Amino acid sequence: MGKRIAKEVSIAIADAVAQCKVDVIAAYPITPQTHIVEHLAELVNNGELDAEYIPVESEHAAMSACIGASAAGARTFTSTAAQGLLLMYENLFIASALRLPIVMVIANRAVSAPISIWNDHSDVMSMRDAGWIHTFAENGQEAVDLIYHAYRVAEKTLLPVAVNIDGFTLSHVVEPVELMDQELVDKFVPPLKMKYKLDPKKPISIGAIGLPEIYTEAKKAQDEALKASYRTIMASWREFEKLTGRRYQPVETYQMEDAEVALMIMGSLAETAMNAINRLRKKGKKVGLLRFRLWRPFPHRDFIRAIGKVKALAVVDRAVSHCSTGGPVGIEVRSSLYQSNKRPKVVNFIAGLSGRDVTVDDFEEMLERTYEAISKRPKVPYEIYGVKE
Amino acid sequence: MPKHEGLVSWKKLLPGMYLDTPGNSREFKTGDWRAYRPVLDKEKCIKCGMCYIFCPDLCYTKDEEGYYQVDLYYCKGCGICAANCPKGAITMVLEEA
Repeated sequence: MGKRIAKEVSIAIADAVAQCKVDVIAAYPITPQTHIVEHLAELVNNGELDAEYIPVESEHAAMSACIGASAAGARTFTSTAAQGLLLMYENLFIASALRLPIVMVIANRAVSAPISIWNDHSDVMSMRDAGWIHTFAENGQEAVDLIYHAYRVAEKTLLPVAVNIDGFTLSHVVEPVELMDQELVDKFVPPLKMKYKLDPKKPISIGAIGLPEIYTEAKKAQDEALKASYRTIMASWREFEKLTGRRYQPVETYQMEDAEVALMIMGSLAETAMNAINRLRKKGKKVGLLRFRLWRPFPHRDFIRAIGKVKALAVVDRAVSHCSTGGPVGIEVRSSLYQSNKRPKVVNFIAGLSGRDVTVDDFEEMLERTYEAISKRPKVPYEIYGVKE
Repeated sequence: MPKHEGLVSWKKLLPGMYLDTPGNSREFKTGDWRAYRPVLDKEKCIKCGMCYIFCPDLCYTKDEEGYYQVDLYYCKGCGICAANCPKGAITMVLEEA
C-alpha cells in the first residue's frame, strides 16, 4: 500500500493525474484551481511527467484543446472553476456529445457577480445538463481516489468526467493523503486505446452536422450512454475497493439505519454535518446524513434506497436556481421522490454561498426545523438560510 | 407512431455520431431544399460561365457543346446564377409541389 503523507490536496490531485500518465494538459490558471495546474506544469517542466502542457489563452481554448487532443486519442486533463467553467461552457456540451473521455477537476467556486473567489457549487450546477459524469469529493483522499476513478470510467464509457472538489476547503488544505502505488494505477488505468479517433491512416469525421432527421437519435444515443455509464462507475468503484480497501458509493450514508430525519448535502461540508448528526444522536434524536458522491448520472435508485424510512429530508443546496422550485439539488431530489412511492417532507435550504461558514450549530438548527416540517408543511419551496434581514 | 422519425436507429450510430465514411457529404442531397429551379435559355446563352463562377455550391459543369448545366441533385435554388447572368438567359421557375 502507498504511504500516507501530508500534502496540499491540489498537489495530491496533480500527482494522481501524473500517475495516470496523461498525454495532454491544457489549462488556464484560476483561483482556487491554480495549484493543481501549476504543479502539473512543474512536473512536466522537470521531466517527471512526459506530457504536452498547453498554456492556453483562456478556458474556452483549454476545453477546445482537450477536445482536439482527446479526439486524436490522447489522455487529457484540465481543471477550472467558476468564471473559467462558464467560459468553457459551449465546449462542455461538445466534449460529451462527441464522447471524449476528458477528465476535469472543478475546484468549485461561486460565480460572479458579486465577484467572489470562495467556495460554493454555483459553477458546477450550471452545467447539470451538459452530459458529463460528475463526482463529488468530501476530503483530500476522496479527491485523489476520484481522479483514478475518473480516468477509468471516462475511458471505458467514452464520456467526460468532472471531479468536483470544494475550492479552498479542499483545494488549499493540507491533509494526510495516500496515493496509489504506481503499479496499481497502471493496472487500474491502463493505456488508452480509442477505437475511433482522428487518425490520417483511418480517417473518420467527428462533429458532423445533425439535421432534424438525425439529431434526436444522436441525443438518444448520448443519453443511453450516460445512463449505461452507471454500471461502469459502480464496477470501477468495486475494483478500486479490491485494490485499495477504500469503498465508494453513489449515495454515501451516515447513521441512516433508523433515521427519521436526514440531512442531504454534497461536498466537504458533510464533514461538519457529521458532527451535527453526532451531537443530535447524543440527545437521542434519530438523525442521519446523506450525500451524493455521484451527481450525474443521477443515482435515483441508490437515493431512494438510502433515504430508508425518513419522514423528512433537509436538503442543503450550495447554489441558487433563481425563483425555481428549489435549489438544484432540492429540485432533483423532489423530482426523484415523485418517481417513487416515498413521500418524505423536503425542506430545502440554500446555505454556504461563497464560502460562508455553515457550522455544526447551523446544521443542528436545520435538522430541528426539518423535524417541525414533519407535522407542518413548509411555507416556501426553498429558503436562503442565514441571510441577514 | 410519431409523424417524423429519424433516418437511422440511434442504436446504429457510432459513438458521438462519428462518420467512418469521410467525404460522404458528396452524397448529401441538397436539391430537395429548392423552391425555384434555374432554367437555361440556350438561345440567349453566350457560354460566358458567369453562372459557373458565381454558383456557391459548384453545381454548374460545362457540357460537350460548351453550355453550363446545373446539377439539380445539389442545386438549392438560390438564384445567384440567374441574378448574375449578363444575358438574362437563366430564369428561376417555381418547382411543382
